Amino acid sequence: MPTLRILFTRLRVEEKLLREAAEKQNIPCELMNVSDVWYGEKPFCGTDDVVLARCVSHNQNEAVAQILESQGIRVVNPSSVMAVCGNKLTTSIALAKAGIGQPKFRTAFSPEAAVEALEELGYPAVCKPVSGSWGRLLAKINDREAAEAVFEHKSMLGAIHNTFYIQEYIEKGDYDVRAFVVSGDPICAITRKSAHWITNTARGGAASNLPLDDEIRSVLRSVHSAIGGEFLAVDLFRKEGEWLVNEVNDGGEFRNSIEPTGTDIPAAVVRAAWERRPSL
Amino acid sequence: MTATCTVCEAQVSLPNDCCEGELLVCGDCGTELEVIALDPITVEEAPQVQEDWGE
Repeated sequence: MPTLRILFTRLRVEEKLLREAAEKQNIPCELMNVSDVWYGEKPFCGTDDVVLARCVSHNQNEAVAQILESQGIRVVNPSSVMAVCGNKLTTSIALAKAGIGQPKFRTAFSPEAAVEALEELGYPAVCKPVSGSWGRLLAKINDREAAEAVFEHKSMLGAIHNTFYIQEYIEKGDYDVRAFVVSGDPICAITRKSAHWITNTARGGAASNLPLDDEIRSVLRSVHSAIGGEFLAVDLFRKEGEWLVNEVNDGGEFRNSIEPTGTDIPAAVVRAAWERRPSL
Repeated sequence: MTATCTVCEAQVSLPNDCCEGELLVCGDCGTELEVIALDPITVEEAPQVQEDWGE
């Protein structure tokens, strides 16, 4: 019997909500910790199953998706989408190719070049790890002295941090937006308010509903066209009457967005994944 | 159902629908615990956040 297999490495509220949503829809469902088994030639599961990959580790999520896809198993989101969303530079390039509005960004491969890039971009600016989440290791850089210190420190943190990704700082007021796109359709959005310049709800940003209008729907559909995937969580800023796409997440967390939006996000995600099973 | 915190040995309540992989927080010492097995109930300290964890 085809089964929806929800992969995890750390069982968050989201994965439990997804399982509950599957049970409510009478979808055969199994939660599976990818750390419990090893992977070789033996198929992980039947090719009539569909896998919803929700590992909290981006690298492990993408790796297991690649392995399963090589076995002919359908994975939501596909590893190709994870590869784009899991790297902020790759995301920015995909958005730029599609002509989607985003904060200006610069890339450098040495601390010295990063400082010069920032001088050209202007202060303040934001330095982000190309791979990372939950607001970790973000640095708002206000002047050259701070830039020199931050980039020197980053150069000591390991190979991934020696790709310096620098983004224009957006004066976004006290909020940004997190919007959810399922099977290409925008389903709901929240504003995240915080006195801190980082408005991530994982860091305490307060969520409230943002009704979707035609303008933001159009932007979100463009993002989906550029990146693909069954489930995207898109972060946006509003600047001078224009939406700018800040980040696109392939394994979005949604626990704080269900109540304010009144949207059953896990039900929509489970339905979308189940409709991707090969037997249909 | 309860588990014993591996750090301070306080009793930590498990939800009725608890499953393997579930995360619990010890009310006494604040340690994050991961449920490793249900029969018998076994918990250990949950892994620390890694660099590539997130959304």
